[in-house]
Amino acid sequence: MKILILGAGQVGSTVAESLVSEANDITVVDSDGDKLRLLQDRLDLRTLTGNAAHPSVLEQAGIADADMLLAVTQSDEVNLVACKLAATLYNTPTRIARIRAADYLERPEVFGTENFCVDFSICPEQILTEYIVKLIEFPEALQVLEFAGGKASLVAVRAFEGGPLVGKPLNFLRSHMPQVETRVAAIFRKDRPLIPEGSTVIEDGDEIFFIAATDNIRSVLSEMRRMDKPTKRVMIVGGGNIGRRLAKALERDYQVKLIEHNKKSCERLAGELTNTLVLNGDGTDEKLMQQEHVDDVDVFCALTNDDENNIMSALLAKQGGARKVISLINRSAYVGLLQGGKIDIALSPAQVTIGSLLAYVRQGDVVAVHSLRRGAAEALELVAHGDRQSSRVVGRRIDEIDLPKGATIGALVRGERVIMGHHDTLIEAEDHVIVFVIDKRTVKKVEKLFQVSLGFF
Amino acid sequence: MQRTLTVIHALGLMLVVFSAAYLLPVVTAVIYADYAILLDFLLAMIWTLAIGFLMWLLTRRSKGELSIRHGYLLVVAMWTAMPMFATLPLLLAIPDLSFTDAYFETMSGLTTTGATVMTRLDSLPPAINVWRHELNWLGGMGIIVLAVAILPLLGIGGRQLFKAETPGPMKDSALTPRIAETARNLWAVYLGITLACIAALKWAGMNWLDAVCHAFAALSLGGFSTHDSSVGYFNSPLIEFVLIVFMLIAAINFASHFLAWRSKSLGVYLRDAEAVATITLILGSCIGVGAFLWWQGTYTNFWTALRHASFNLVSMATDCGFASVDFNQWPIFAPLWMLFLSCIAVSSGSTGGGIKMIRTLVLVKQAGREFVKLLHPAAVNPLKIGGHVVPNNIVFAVLGFIFLYFMSVATLTFVLLISGLDFISAFSAIIACINNAGPGLNQVGPAGNYAGLTDFQTWICTLAMLVGRLEIFTVLILFTPHFWRR
Repeated sequence: MKILILGAGQVGSTVAESLVSEANDITVVDSDGDKLRLLQDRLDLRTLTGNAAHPSVLEQAGIADADMLLAVTQSDEVNLVACKLAATLYNTPTRIARIRAADYLERPEVFGTENFCVDFSICPEQILTEYIVKLIEFPEALQVLEFAGGKASLVAVRAFEGGPLVGKPLNFLRSHMPQVETRVAAIFRKDRPLIPEGSTVIEDGDEIFFIAATDNIRSVLSEMRRMDKPTKRVMIVGGGNIGRRLAKALERDYQVKLIEHNKKSCERLAGELTNTLVLNGDGTDEKLMQQEHVDDVDVFCALTNDDENNIMSALLAKQGGARKVISLINRSAYVGLLQGGKIDIALSPAQVTIGSLLAYVRQGDVVAVHSLRRGAAEALELVAHGDRQSSRVVGRRIDEIDLPKGATIGALVRGERVIMGHHDTLIEAEDHVIVFVIDKRTVKKVEKLFQVSLGFF
Repeated sequence: MQRTLTVIHALGLMLVVFSAAYLLPVVTAVIYADYAILLDFLLAMIWTLAIGFLMWLLTRRSKGELSIRHGYLLVVAMWTAMPMFATLPLLLAIPDLSFTDAYFETMSGLTTTGATVMTRLDSLPPAINVWRHELNWLGGMGIIVLAVAILPLLGIGGRQLFKAETPGPMKDSALTPRIAETARNLWAVYLGITLACIAALKWAGMNWLDAVCHAFAALSLGGFSTHDSSVGYFNSPLIEFVLIVFMLIAAINFASHFLAWRSKSLGVYLRDAEAVATITLILGSCIGVGAFLWWQGTYTNFWTALRHASFNLVSMATDCGFASVDFNQWPIFAPLWMLFLSCIAVSSGSTGGGIKMIRTLVLVKQAGREFVKLLHPAAVNPLKIGGHVVPNNIVFAVLGFIFLYFMSVATLTFVLLISGLDFISAFSAIIACINNAGPGLNQVGPAGNYAGLTDFQTWICTLAMLVGRLEIFTVLILFTPHFWRR
């Protein structure tokens, strides 16, 4: 596929990196030549320096025969204009824009074909915020990913001594809580994947991925470890785009304190937020943390745009007694280094947000893609189409499907119902199938599997 | 000097316009075939017109732009000169009325205070009563525009809080880009609500004269009545209910009414933090005081207690000043609470007086802010009203205003005490006058009136009304050396 990416910022370069590895022709446009050079050194793609909202630049970048336009520059306006140009001048089939301003997002007609012709708008900050909100809602979980519009969830949790299931085989789960439908999709023990079977015994420290209806998450979590008391107090460091959104999303249900070092930003934030206590100070100032009772904080989130600062303040908070610390870390090298150590959750914004973009790029009917374990594994939501003749999935039992090794069907969402994927479950047309792929390299095969053969048309 | 002449020029024009106000009593006199009164009013009208025209004509060369400094002078001159001319028909028609009392009465009318020195109101000629009430109504009209459009230009008044700095829906408080256009719109709303009030009162059982007069007094929150026993004369729960509703409407910022009317939605009121606070505080107090009176045994029936408490409390809290019973006889908590509310309860941009709810909110939130500051020294905690940040310089201006307000109350109360009035009468008279509420307690209570005061005391009360009406700063600034220094 020929893909044109506008903007070589954080979002643009991560998308580019991800797509290059999936064998696409990629051109990246940015006004900053240095950024492009860095990108080109690293990845196999074409770059072009110039204003992404100018038709001549777009033409040069080869928009005429591009299959998809990803406008992810810092500026909403540039993204909108580029989509409009692509639609009216060059007939680009798919146009995706990154839009941050709520003003635009609240008026969907702005994106319509008579206006800016944006097929899909994404807001990475919003996706990241929702992701963190989930983590705060379920403080025991490492990752909470929603499928089928929130009906089913995939949850990652570390098993701890004290959970009723720890030290027991998996099929004990079924007899222990027969009323809750759940399925363990994968287990990672010391970072090595295990294919879960009924006889697999869960050990202390295992990272477990399970799928359950969203309402049942809490009861399944309680099987894996002793439950903490629910989150009440949240402390956020950094009042940038993400910190602000997060505070806004949390301030009604939790006690939120927000630390921001820029006085001007503080005043703006305090004006905008109604229930959050905005503090002016440094995120790595342990005196300030003590003064604001970091030892009582249930979840501490370091969300500035400086990795080192985030790591330091998260470590200080953990040291000071915060129950769970989350740190935003852009450099993927750091993420692997820190996750599971003193910092409970190291969040890579790119990994969190890339999935929503990938879903549009992938072939077949992919509704959602979530990266797991820093991009090594993936969870996909695919729609099964066709019938027994045209599809290799529909009308078959799960154990009849020729899934590649390491891929498991976790659950199906049929209409409003969430059905766990057992070996004898029959897949029907239009089911949303949640597939868990331990090795990312097999994703392509899974997508192929779900494609309808030509005879269908 | 040149600029002072410009002020006189503008004042002359105002008087010419003001002379048109005599037409309503003139028409009333014609309807009631009261030709002696008709003559008095025509005479007063001609005098006002002539003097105004002369002032305008002689200074027409000085026509020009007014500086802010002369804006203050003009506003104060207007509010002293207009009551002066308004006394003419009273003096002509009632020979034994002294100028002091007549001026008090017209000042009370135009500042929408509603305190009266006149007795035997029921036997006054209808034209005189209409004139008194029309002064109330015109005063209210003037105040709305003064508060919403003119005082903010001079940098005074609650509405200034919502000027410029605050983005969002409150910015609409500037309504339209031009003052003249804003004024026209507000007057249209004011007139519309008044007509509705007249119709409602007529429907509730008043005759046309009473309906018009009381509607004028209710909408302007003036509180003049055509009867000595005020609204108690009618002894009708329905009339009291109608008046309560319209007094509450008048206690809300007219800019909100205008916005609600233009957007055809009541959501405007919910977004107006001030209106919400005003209504909540007043209605909550009604129930509280009603229960208190019932508990104290003032009224044996709870509903009677609630009815009287509601009407009189709303009337006092909104600075209207109607009375249906002699609340001076109630246990002292109730009338004092009513006077207290009269200081703080009404919204800015309404026709009521006092500190105004917006300033009260600023002060309450400022106090809360101090607590937060003590507990969290690093906190950045701006003062917000209705979701909008109030800049610090405005908070200081409000603090300054409150200081001057209380100093004025204290000083004027002391002056009345020196002159020999008892404490409760003196204090309540000053509070009632500076808030433009009307009746006070004891000697100036709802059963008595201000007629018993000496000339000196009457002038002090007159001054209090003027100072209160023009938001204190406007009047006091004329007495600062800086004002006159070039």
